[in-house]
Amino acid sequence: MDKRAMKKIFFSNKMTVVCAVLLLLVILASLLAPLSPYDPDAVNVSEKLQGMSGRHILGTDDLGRDTFTRALYGGRVSLLVGFAAMCVAVVFGTFIGTVSGFKGGKVDMLFMRIVDIFLSVPSLLFIIVVYAFMPRNMVTLVLMLAFFSWTKVARVVRAQTLSLKERDFVVAAKALGVRQSTIIRRHIIPNLMPQVIVAASLSIANAILDESALSFLGYGVQLPMASWGSMLQSAQQYILHNPILAVVPGTLILITVLCFNVMGDMLQQILDPKLAE
Amino acid sequence: MRDFIVKRLAQMASVFVIVSMFAFSIIYFSPGDPLYLYTSPSVSTYKMSEEQLDDMRASLGLRGNVAQRYINWAGKMLKGDWGLSISNHQPVKKQILDRLPNTIGLMGAALLLSVLIAIPLGLLAGYHKNRWIDNLISAVSYLGISLPAFWFGIMLIIVFSLNLGWLPSAGMRTIGVESALDVIRHGILPVIVLSVNNTAVFVRYIRSNTIEQKEEEYVMTAISKGVPKTQVLLRHVLKNCLLPIITMVGMNFGTLITGSFIVESVFGWPGLGTLCMDAINSRDYTMIMGITMLTCIVLLIGNFLADILYGLADPRIKQGKEARNG
Repeated sequence: MDKRAMKKIFFSNKMTVVCAVLLLLVILASLLAPLSPYDPDAVNVSEKLQGMSGRHILGTDDLGRDTFTRALYGGRVSLLVGFAAMCVAVVFGTFIGTVSGFKGGKVDMLFMRIVDIFLSVPSLLFIIVVYAFMPRNMVTLVLMLAFFSWTKVARVVRAQTLSLKERDFVVAAKALGVRQSTIIRRHIIPNLMPQVIVAASLSIANAILDESALSFLGYGVQLPMASWGSMLQSAQQYILHNPILAVVPGTLILITVLCFNVMGDMLQQILDPKLAE
Repeated sequence: MRDFIVKRLAQMASVFVIVSMFAFSIIYFSPGDPLYLYTSPSVSTYKMSEEQLDDMRASLGLRGNVAQRYINWAGKMLKGDWGLSISNHQPVKKQILDRLPNTIGLMGAALLLSVLIAIPLGLLAGYHKNRWIDNLISAVSYLGISLPAFWFGIMLIIVFSLNLGWLPSAGMRTIGVESALDVIRHGILPVIVLSVNNTAVFVRYIRSNTIEQKEEEYVMTAISKGVPKTQVLLRHVLKNCLLPIITMVGMNFGTLITGSFIVESVFGWPGLGTLCMDAINSRDYTMIMGITMLTCIVLLIGNFLADILYGLADPRIKQGKEARNG
């Protein structure tokens, strides 16, 4: 499917457009967070646990920090971690998937066995175990999330590579004696892009969800940095006095993840209506 | 079929060994001494002699290099000796088995609830593809997939425990009350939270299967003969959807397990999840290994059973053809 046709279908679907707009809003708001008059980390005990007001749109937390501002800064962390984990997973998964599908035989067997192993471990538990014994920083977090999610990308990419391999232009390139690495780079990977974009969209949704769960349990983003998940962790103690502290970050996670999921699925249906059923 | 089972069992065993090696090495290479509590002058006032420490290392399986330790640990594990917990010196196996029923109860109830809700919703949505009821159900299932379970748990606590006061917010029993009804009351919110994600996944799956089935000739025939809708759905469509449902349940075991860990943390449910979190916080690595391995076994068995049932029910999959790979 050429790009123009894809764009046309994308914009003709109301759901995808609504989701894209919502996502853009969330991303823009996070990027523009420094425009807020409040410092996300400045403690002001005299204004702690306030409700919604003109001064603080969404109230303040237990240390008197502006909830709205903190949510915007938290969004930066959540989105960044999700995006970075997705990138690593997609690059690695695409690499393994194309090589596995293109080479076939023993290489394929080996790679697919490895993928099977990853699918038969409870990933979140493993991330927590690993994370508990490793230096806790953003890089480890991103790598851990990617480490347990590249397999999904690899599977999709492999299946697609298998069918591309039989197409005339690839067969022709092979017959002309073009090097394998060149065929993969020039002919296979560009034609994988639609599938990879779908996988990326679903992968970023999962990464954000997993990151928030980890941070909520205390094994994700570490203080003083805050993501939506870690905001929820600290909000848990104050749900009786100020439930809005818990409502705000959770709603943002829900909206973001929902939009990525819907967009990924809609794209999938556009690309391959049969498979999506 | 027998070859298939043997092959799958061999595969399971190798996966299990690899996972155990992986988990073991993470913990082995991690910084920090598990006996810190006993050696650091800042923590304990009583100074243990080198001999005593050495004995302790031996009893906790902390002597030798990584290979020796792994073999030692694996041998004991196979014999049913899962070692002593580092933080309280009680046998790991007993502590895990004490907590296991709580987690299994939670998971079982959630799974049952998911299937019971998902079957009618999925059938309905698939039968009325692209009509308003399908759009509504699909939209709700998107919400269910994207919902952070722990947050949903907190929201339910705010509404049903703190504001309405209908249900308890944490734990499994009211202190001093010994009744099944009390446990059920405590379990309602955790079970709902745990089931949401799986329900949404199941609904989507059943919906797409129903759409597929509806196009089959025998269903078309039944509809055109004037068989009532519910009868078509229950007699024909559901019967042919059962198989995929079984597989799906087996394949979603992992989500259910990790989900139960999170839900237990939110609701303070005394199961494996809370035990595991405590163990991780206190670096109780014999306990962590025990729980990790048990979870892995449960997951492998779940996948295995799903494969077998699938093979038994559908003769086309028999004879070692792998249903899910590729």
